[in-house]
Amino acid sequence: MQKTRLFRLPLLFAASLIIPTTYATDASSPVQPYYEWKVENYEIKQPLGGLEGNAVRGKAIAGNQSRGNCLACHLLPIPEEPFFGNLGPPLTGIGSRQSTGMIRLHVVDQSRFNPETVMPGYYRTPAQLNRVAKALKGKTWLNAQEIEDVVAYLTSLK
Amino acid sequence: MKILTLSNCFFFALTLPLTTITLSAAHAQQPVSGYDYLTPEMQEMQIDDFGNPGMLTVDAGEILFSTAGKNGKSCASCHGEDGSKLDIKHIASYPVYSTELKKPLTLRGQILLCQDERIGGPSLEHSSAEALQLEAFVRRLALGETVNVDVSGEMAPYYEAGKNLFHTRWGQVDIACHQCHVYHAGRTFRGQTLSQGQSNGFPGYRYTAGQAVSTPERITGCLANLRAEPYASDSVEYINLEVYMNARGNGLKIETPGIRY
Repeated sequence: MQKTRLFRLPLLFAASLIIPTTYATDASSPVQPYYEWKVENYEIKQPLGGLEGNAVRGKAIAGNQSRGNCLACHLLPIPEEPFFGNLGPPLTGIGSRQSTGMIRLHVVDQSRFNPETVMPGYYRTPAQLNRVAKALKGKTWLNAQEIEDVVAYLTSLK
Repeated sequence: MKILTLSNCFFFALTLPLTTITLSAAHAQQPVSGYDYLTPEMQEMQIDDFGNPGMLTVDAGEILFSTAGKNGKSCASCHGEDGSKLDIKHIASYPVYSTELKKPLTLRGQILLCQDERIGGPSLEHSSAEALQLEAFVRRLALGETVNVDVSGEMAPYYEAGKNLFHTRWGQVDIACHQCHVYHAGRTFRGQTLSQGQSNGFPGYRYTAGQAVSTPERITGCLANLRAEPYASDSVEYINLEVYMNARGNGLKIETPGIRY
């Protein structure tokens, strides 16, 4: 594990030299620029790219197996779905337990909370990743708009 | 009160290393077969030779086993009809170190080598259906035998390399094998239960994919889930991973063809 982390250091260094502004997103997401994000006290306070999220779209992304697929690991208040995983904690009522900025960081890069997490970083800096499938190289899982939509949905779960 | 008598000191000196050993043993994971994580219906399917779809692959392998190659000989010419002359304890010890090739040889690698050298071809692709069928048939002969891979001596560096790969993060999902199959075995991922990722049921049958798979194909499936670039079926990486994964399951019983998610 230590080795893997060290292996990434030159990549991180390279990434800091070339400011990544042209990352495309996942094959099935519309292409959007990659917006830099900043963590303050376990929160990303500013919406990615200043975009406004939509909770209805966010719910669809969270429930879609080939998009967010949040319910593969989390319990969510989506009664029409038959299966939920229990790898992660239930997210029912998450909006009343955590701030929007904290929820945003959870979705963007959960490893900032727990380095050993199995949760994908849906907007983790692509240059930090190892051996990504060729078709997805340099891309984030969700694009900035989709992240904001999911954040808006989770924030609405009071 | 004299607590620290000589005999007491002796007792402590004796138990201290024992305690340490017990603790470290408790920390290490006891191997559990993927069978134990199946639903009762799937378990029933696995142990029923007529209900287990993986048996079709085993049966196809049995036909190939006695099919003559270019020099007129077949596997059965040396190993007996139905492979009865094969040593099942040896089958359970793959991958083994080949002093000739100076590298580990997987069971499939050994079969392909025989196919080329002993029966004169035709050569089979490592990833071909025929190679998988032959491997499934031969491994099935050792059904119920204890997995026993020797990773001492020359095998040690390959085991370590495989272990390292098992703990390497991959793909856009950016997680390593052990994070799911050590930390989260038994938990639910959507409709499936995560297992320890043991290989004693392989070659086996993937219920969700509806096809027979062996360890290399299964790892490729996992890498696809991780949105990572897979390796070639006969790559050094997969061989090293098979060395580590099989040895990690030392003590489990061979279940080929195991039914898995």
